[in-house]
Amino acid sequence: MIAQAADQPFVRWDWIVDHVDDIWAATWEHIVLTAIAVGVGFVISLALSMLALRHRRAYGPITWVTGILYTIPSLALFAFLVPITGLTTLTAEIGLVSYTLLILIRNIVAGIDGVPASVRESAVGMGYTRRRLFLEIELPLALPVIVAGIRIAAVTTIGLVTITALIGKGGLGFLILRGLNLFYSPVGTTQIVVGTVMSVILAVAVDLSLVGAERAMTPWSRRRSR
Amino acid sequence: MIELTEVTKRFGGTTAPAVDRLTLTVADGEVVVLVGPSGCGKTTTLKMINRLIEPTSGTISIDGVDVTGLEPHELRRGIGYVIQQIGLFPHRTVRENIATVPRLLGWDRARIERRVRELAETTDLGDDMLDRYPSELSGGQRQRVGVARALAADPPILLMDEPFGAVDPIVRAKLQDELLELQRRLRKTIVLVTHDIDEAIKLGDRVAILSVGGHLEQYAPPEELLRAPANDFVADFLGSDRGIKRLSLIRIADIDLEPGPVVPPGTDVDRARAVMAGYDTDWVAVVDGDRMLGWVTNDGLDGRSTIDGVDLEPFVTRLTPNNTLEEALDAAISSHTAIAAVFDGERFLGMITVERISREIVR
Repeated sequence: MIAQAADQPFVRWDWIVDHVDDIWAATWEHIVLTAIAVGVGFVISLALSMLALRHRRAYGPITWVTGILYTIPSLALFAFLVPITGLTTLTAEIGLVSYTLLILIRNIVAGIDGVPASVRESAVGMGYTRRRLFLEIELPLALPVIVAGIRIAAVTTIGLVTITALIGKGGLGFLILRGLNLFYSPVGTTQIVVGTVMSVILAVAVDLSLVGAERAMTPWSRRRSR
Repeated sequence: MIELTEVTKRFGGTTAPAVDRLTLTVADGEVVVLVGPSGCGKTTTLKMINRLIEPTSGTISIDGVDVTGLEPHELRRGIGYVIQQIGLFPHRTVRENIATVPRLLGWDRARIERRVRELAETTDLGDDMLDRYPSELSGGQRQRVGVARALAADPPILLMDEPFGAVDPIVRAKLQDELLELQRRLRKTIVLVTHDIDEAIKLGDRVAILSVGGHLEQYAPPEELLRAPANDFVADFLGSDRGIKRLSLIRIADIDLEPGPVVPPGTDVDRARAVMAGYDTDWVAVVDGDRMLGWVTNDGLDGRSTIDGVDLEPFVTRLTPNNTLEEALDAAISSHTAIAAVFDGERFLGMITVERISREIVR
């Protein structure tokens, strides 16, 4: 970029105007890849968390395995998966989902552990069954901690989706990768900037809407003793 | 009726039982208090009744039905349960908290709303309180919501585990009075656990004193415990002031009153002074039949020939037959002359002296 000729613009606005449809398509793909990853990740995490909560001994192995998944460099994981599942959305999602598990499981378990023992005891003492206790008491009370986990998982995933451009997916990452291939040219830098800025905007927007959703769902946590 | 028969609980990995062959019967409409030092198994015993803890051996039955034959959650929906930390659901309003068990039982919306309003009134919770969250309530209010929630489905039995342990002494005394008042109307079968012997004496129709390891040391009405403790453990646990404690359980109506230093109208002063001397006081009261006219000091009689026409002072402290001897003692001591007057409405019944009260203490 430093070597760029002075007469060449850094961002070609006319390119952006000409490619609005492309940018929207990339953004939409980014949103879909993220939503699937966090959604599937949450369902798997919820199941594994319930297992860990019921059988405490399972919690160690579960965090151990998901912890290892979390530490594998994403590039290496995709390189490993491509020969098996090909250059597909499935490959991308396997990677993306793996990275959400540790964060989500830790927050779900911590959230439910944080439910006061007295609340649980009085609920059981009044005749709650185990299932209703989980759905109607424990889960809602754990919501703030769980949503905090979803926020981290979602923002992390939005960043990671760009990497999947290397296996032909990538949403906004695809713009960035193409821009890199056209380095030193204004069209290249323009695409890098657009991909990056849109990705950041997306992350902030998702984070804020999750905060809003949490506030709407937990009216009790904002009212305090007067 | 709740019947515990030879109930023993051993927790895993321990040899000494937490509760040891406990046999105890709680009659319908009775308040039974389980009291004892920590480790005496009182909470364990309570929790075995609604099967939060399963006994190792022995049987527990309610109205002749063995509790182990019922689904635990079905059993519990028919038994009110209040714990020290109350355990209100923080994410639910007061209204929703009270509606907990009716909702579990599948009552319809209108019936639940009716019941919630009824209970809010019974437990002195204002209507404006119903839409608040537990975090917006004071300790005493939370406790009332806890009791309302336990009563919601009108269970015949109420189990209370140190229900007033988490509030300050003034609120605690108030909540205890409210519980007694509530019980007078509702006649529930209540089993209450506490470590506070004074609370046990105040609330219990019968009190079970347990020692460490779940041994039942004595099971009797409070008055009997205080008058005739079964052994040294019970006597120690009741405290050296058990004679004084007993005063709170005896009503003035239960003992004979004395006439006190009183004279009828028209009595001459010498005679009035002789009555004062007899009671060792410096005042005398004038009573016409059963009407108390007032009292006058010795000095007030100077220069008079009869009691008529002197300025009489009214009695400020007026006891009723319903007052306890503890209250009578308090009134008598604060009167400086160690005597207090007892009235039934406007009718003068007699006097009670500190001497008379102390005879009750040492009895």
